[in-house]
Amino acid sequence: MSIIFDGIKQAFLLLIHGDPLVLRIAGLSLLVSGSATIFSLCVGIPLGALLGLSRFPGRRFIATLINTGMGLPPVVVGLIVSMFLWRNGPLGILHLMYTPQAMVIAQFIIAMPIVAGFTMAATQQLDPKLRLQIVSLGASRVQMVWILLKEARLPLLAAIMAGFGAVISEVGASMMVGGNILGQTRVLTTDIMGENAKGEFSYAIALSIILMVLVYAVNFVLTMVQQRSKTR
Amino acid sequence: MNRAQAGAVPIVEAKDITVSFGGQKALDVPSFRVFENEVVGVIGPNGSGKTTLLLCLTRLIRPQTGSVSYRGTPVSDSKSVLELHRRLAVVFQESLLLNNSVRDNLVTGLKLRRVPKAEIKARTEKWLERFGIAALAKRQARTLSSGEAKRTSLARAFALQPEILFLDEPFTALDGPTRQALIEDFKNVLGETRMTTVIVTHDRNEALALTDRLAVIMNGHIVQTGTPAEVFSSPASEEIAGFVETGNIIHGVVESQSEGLAMVRAGTLEVEACTDLPVGTKVILLLPYDDITLILPSAETLTISARNRFPGRIVKMFPTGSQVRVTVDCGVPLTALITRRSGEEMGLKEGLPVVAMVKAVSIRVIGRH
Repeated sequence: MSIIFDGIKQAFLLLIHGDPLVLRIAGLSLLVSGSATIFSLCVGIPLGALLGLSRFPGRRFIATLINTGMGLPPVVVGLIVSMFLWRNGPLGILHLMYTPQAMVIAQFIIAMPIVAGFTMAATQQLDPKLRLQIVSLGASRVQMVWILLKEARLPLLAAIMAGFGAVISEVGASMMVGGNILGQTRVLTTDIMGENAKGEFSYAIALSIILMVLVYAVNFVLTMVQQRSKTR
Repeated sequence: MNRAQAGAVPIVEAKDITVSFGGQKALDVPSFRVFENEVVGVIGPNGSGKTTLLLCLTRLIRPQTGSVSYRGTPVSDSKSVLELHRRLAVVFQESLLLNNSVRDNLVTGLKLRRVPKAEIKARTEKWLERFGIAALAKRQARTLSSGEAKRTSLARAFALQPEILFLDEPFTALDGPTRQALIEDFKNVLGETRMTTVIVTHDRNEALALTDRLAVIMNGHIVQTGTPAEVFSSPASEEIAGFVETGNIIHGVVESQSEGLAMVRAGTLEVEACTDLPVGTKVILLLPYDDITLILPSAETLTISARNRFPGRIVKMFPTGSQVRVTVDCGVPLTALITRRSGEEMGLKEGLPVVAMVKAVSIRVIGRH
C-alpha cells in the first residue's frame, strides 16, 4: 500500500513544484496526441460522413475496414509505421523514425478509424428524411452535410473523446516509433512503462496520476461542451 | 376553358416520369401539372406512390425516366435542382425540425437562400406570429409537442415565401382536436396567401377542405383527376370508388345561422346542418350515402326527427351485393345506400317519386377557403 501512497505523494510534489522534465513530458504527450486527434478529425469526420450518408460501390467494404480499424492494436500500428519509416523502408528517406512526427502518424492511424466509425454511426442514426428536408430548405450538398454534422454534434463530441482517449493512453505504437528518447520522444505512457521496468513504482504511479488528470481535464472540457449543447 | 387549354405555363410539370424500386415500378405518370395559385391534392391509399410523386416533383429524388420542368424550363443538372429547391418549400408528415430553437429553425432556410438579415427578422416574426408560436420562439424544437412542432414546420415553410408549397400528409400524425385547429389555421393562411400548393394526403376530408383539384393515384398511376366534388361524387372506377367514396358532396353557402344549426343554400335545396360557420361562408356538405333514408311520399306525414326532407324521383338504381345504390334527383342528385330487401319491400324503381331524408347531425360541413 505504501507504494501507492508514495506514488500519490510524489505526483502531488511533481505537480506542485512544476518539475520541468515532467511538464515537458506531459506537454509532449498532449501535443502529440492532440495533433493526432485533430488530424484524425480532419480525415475521419468527412470519411465517416461519406460512408454514413452516401451509397457507392465498395462502401460496405470500406465501412468494415473502418470498423475493424476501431479495434486496431497499437503495437500492430507501431510495427507497420516502423517498417515504413525505417531507414530502408519506403518512407525512410523522410528520416521520421524516432521523432514526435512518427508518433503523430502512428496515433493518427489509431484514432482516425475511431473518429470515422463514430461519425458514420452518428450520421446514420439521423432520420433519412431530415436530409431531404434540409435539401428542400435550399442547402447545397456541402451545406447539407454541415447541417447534418451539427445535428449529430453530441455523438461527434463522443467521437473526439474516444479518439483522443485511445491515443493519449496508447503506449505500444509510441514506444516502437518514438523510442522513448528523453527530451525528444518521451511521453507519459512510454515513461510510465520505462519507470515500471526499472522498478520505480512511485514515479510511475505519479506519472499515471498526471496522465489521468490530463485525460480527465480534456474530457471535462469536451463533456461540458457536449452537455451544454444538449441542454441548450 | 381551363388553364391548360388556355396555354398557361404550369409552375411545375412532370412528363413521362417513372420510378422503380427493386425492379418494381412504383410510379408511372405520363403527365402532371400544377398551375399558379392552384391547390392540388394527390390522394391515394398507402403505398400508392403519392410520396414518390411528390419527391419527383420537388426533385428530391430523380425519376428514372422522364422530366420535371419548372415554369417551362427542365430541371436537369445539379445547379437547376438547387435553384428549384430554393424556390419551393416542403412540409413532410414528420416535422423534421433541426435540433435548435424554434426561431433558428425558421432562420436556417432563409440564410441558405441568402435572404437579407432585416428581411429574415421580419419574416420570422411574421410567421411565428401567424402560426401562434411566437411565445415559443426561444424554445428548443425537441421540447415541443407534436402540434407545436407541426406549426413550426409550417411556419418555416411559409417564411421561405416559396413559389410553390408541397405538403406530404402534413396533419396525419396529430391528434383530432390539434389536427382540426391546425387545418383551420392552414386553410386560412392558404386563402390569404393564395399559395400554389400540392398536398399529398389519404384523408378525404382534408382533400375536400383544402384542394381545388384532385389527382387520385393508385398503384403508381394517376387514375382520375378532377374537382374534389367530381372525384368524390363520380369515381371513375370501382377501385377508386372503394377508396374515395364516402357520400354525396354538395357545394353551398350558409344562409342563416341559429345556435349551431345552419341553413345552407345548395342550388335549389335548403339544407339544415349543424355548424357554427357564419352566414355567407362557402361550404361543402358531405351527406354520407348510408345516412340517407328514403320514404315513399305517402309516408311523409309521419313525424320524424330528420330535419331535411328532399322530394324527388329515382333516376338510377345500382345493386351492389346485398345493397342497392339509389340515386334520387332532388334538384341535385342524392345517392342513398339501402338494403336490397328494403328496396324490394318499398317497390322502388327508376322514375318512382320518393323523399330523401337526412338528419342535420349526419351532415358534415366543411368550410372552404
